[in-house]
Amino acid sequence: MSDVLAARSQMAMSLGFHILFAVVGIGMPALMVVAESRWHRTGDTIYLDLAKRWAKGTAILFAVGAVSGTVLSFELGLLWPEFMHFAGAIVGMPFSLEGFAFFTEAIFLGVYLYGWNRISTRAHIGAGVIVAVSGAASAIFVVIANAWMNTPRGFPLVDGKPMNVDPLAAMATPAALPEVLHMILASYAATGFVVAGIHAVLLLRHPRNAFHRRALAVALLVGAPAAVAQPISGDFSGQYVAQWQPPKLAAMEGQFRTEAGAPLRIGGIPDEEARTTRHALEIPYGLSLLAFHDPRAVVKGLNEFPRDHWPPVLIVHVAFQVMVALGTFMALVSLWAAITMWVRGTVADNRWLLRAIAIAGPMGFICIEAGWTVTEVGRQPWIIYGVLRTADAVTPMPGLIVPFIVFTLLYFILGAIVIWLLRLHVGRSPTASEEELAVGAGGKVA
Amino acid sequence: MEPLLTLPNVLAAITLVSLTAYVLLGGADFGGGVWDLCAFGPRCDRQRELVAEAIGPIWEANHVWLVLVVVLLFTCFPPAFSGLSIVLHIPLALMLIGIVLRGSAFTFRTYGGEHVARQRQWGHVFAVASVATPILLGISIGAIASEGAGLAIARVHETPPPASFTTLFITPWLTPFAVGVGVLTLALFAFLAAVYLTVEAPDAELREDFRRRALVAALVVFVLAFGVLLIAHFTAPRVGAGLTSSPWAIPLHAATGLAAIAAIVALWERRFRLARVAAAAQVTLILWGWALAQYPYLVPPTLTIRSAAAPTRTLELALWALAIGAVVLFPSLAYLFRLFKGRGRAAAFEAVE
Repeated sequence: MSDVLAARSQMAMSLGFHILFAVVGIGMPALMVVAESRWHRTGDTIYLDLAKRWAKGTAILFAVGAVSGTVLSFELGLLWPEFMHFAGAIVGMPFSLEGFAFFTEAIFLGVYLYGWNRISTRAHIGAGVIVAVSGAASAIFVVIANAWMNTPRGFPLVDGKPMNVDPLAAMATPAALPEVLHMILASYAATGFVVAGIHAVLLLRHPRNAFHRRALAVALLVGAPAAVAQPISGDFSGQYVAQWQPPKLAAMEGQFRTEAGAPLRIGGIPDEEARTTRHALEIPYGLSLLAFHDPRAVVKGLNEFPRDHWPPVLIVHVAFQVMVALGTFMALVSLWAAITMWVRGTVADNRWLLRAIAIAGPMGFICIEAGWTVTEVGRQPWIIYGVLRTADAVTPMPGLIVPFIVFTLLYFILGAIVIWLLRLHVGRSPTASEEELAVGAGGKVA
Repeated sequence: MEPLLTLPNVLAAITLVSLTAYVLLGGADFGGGVWDLCAFGPRCDRQRELVAEAIGPIWEANHVWLVLVVVLLFTCFPPAFSGLSIVLHIPLALMLIGIVLRGSAFTFRTYGGEHVARQRQWGHVFAVASVATPILLGISIGAIASEGAGLAIARVHETPPPASFTTLFITPWLTPFAVGVGVLTLALFAFLAAVYLTVEAPDAELREDFRRRALVAALVVFVLAFGVLLIAHFTAPRVGAGLTSSPWAIPLHAATGLAAIAAIVALWERRFRLARVAAAAQVTLILWGWALAQYPYLVPPTLTIRSAAAPTRTLELALWALAIGAVVLFPSLAYLFRLFKGRGRAAAFEAVE
């Protein structure tokens, strides 16, 4: 394995690991705040129990997210020092702002987790809201930095050196808005669905369990609207990619030839050597319609670009297909759940819907991994699109396979422990059914 | 001579202040891990509980100071961040492993259920990582101070590759001086933690436990600091000279010594709040002494604060971002610490249900 490949693998692994926890850090506070507010409003103590149990799980996930995020801030330099040398002054701004957002998030998470008996309920919910908002803000700033890598702005190059650096122009880069929207929605959809999925599985086993019924409702309230909105945001992102990063779009779609009225390919295997995508289901005019909202529009194919400017086509194409397929499934399940909720008043009694939600549970996270694969692998061979090649940014230190293996092992073990702890945690959920609760409440009244 | 109040200097000073905050707050959390590892005697379990209660609500916030240091370094002084990341790859990567293990093991112990044997295992990982991480942080700082890192940075980009792997990536930081600074850092963190815990202990017995530990740590710090100066004198003469001959040196060392003595006397007299202030002052002065000794260099002898600084526009905006951030940060931090560290804090800490 070459050093560049080892560095890329370590970065991909670190990002792929961290993003799961970062996303939970954005989504879970929203769930906890909704649950605690419902308790505050209705006096139904199951919601309080729910908020407390979710808080425990969040504490574990947030801690792993915080430390793996720290690793990333160092890895930017440890693996890509030439990138940081070039980019630090230009794109450090959103990272600085992210630092403060992360500060706020960590401070108020401490208040939230350890403050149950120390502050008023309103102040406690307020702390939760601040965690949710600053978590989202952290993500926005980091994604803006990534957007800059895709559409770099704010540094006129003179003889290959950046001049008149303008960090604000760098933040107002064209990719920023579509990427940020897509990521924030993804965070709520993925977190909402993974929680809904867990409670759906448990409801299939214990249909009348009052705890899981409420948990499912809150999780879907956060996850489903985001999952429905996500394809619209995806369409917006697609148009931006078509305009600003045509080789990435071509790789996503397996489009080798430049053509007017390009078809949308579903599935299929791109062959870089033969410069064609085989076995795809082609929908005529579909791609031109989606990318440019015009069935006759010309879509640039990969042949338009020098061979050494191509991203790895197969990976990008497959990752994109996975993201779109699973995201569509989640959106459809969300609509189904919304209709069921509207007609029946609850989603918890429709066993087929519960099964669908259970299947959709992990899909949000798979979509996020696939989506970032599209963004990052699709940007290759550039680390700063069109400006600096990834291979030129890597550290001169040899033997990078060693840190790659060490950190992979570390994260593998950590991931296994987290899953095991969360299983333990979920396994201890309360067991009372709606009927038992009704009897209990009746008894009290009598 | 260059004026003192330049934009790069201001941002370097803010970076130093952030590092100081990390050392005083985050450092003490690591020091807590040292006392978890070294817990002994009849109140062994209660010592560990006190450590866990003391750092539980705040360690994540304290940890962010390190992230701020890193971000300020790569935004405002990109060549310094880039160069240090190359030549200090190994100690920094090891430090990151320590950071990951410390934070996650602590959380696993807190939230990982009531299984006692397993909690002990997490506690052990937490404690060992708390010992290793500060040493590696100190080694990295020692490598900068001793010019090893700076000299290696200057040679990294020579073509053809001039030096062996060892010369570029190991010798800059694996020196007696850097390792000495590493061990001193650990002792300082343990000292800070013990002093803070005397204030936070809920009863007299625990307070006495940590008073004795603080006094022992103060002694160890004194011996190690003297030892590091001695090593500097013999193996890194330019650091030694910087630490002893600059015009700042004498008043600064006097102030540091005064703070150290004040901390010990206050501990002896059981004036714990005063001891806390004196200990924090002592550690702050040691850090600033290092910074002033190498001024105007950021990474001596290769990069000065000015030569490593980002363009003015970036520095101006960074200053704005810091100002806006501070408006949010300081009230929030004050709230957090008042809530969990304020006077009249309920002795019986209600842990998370």
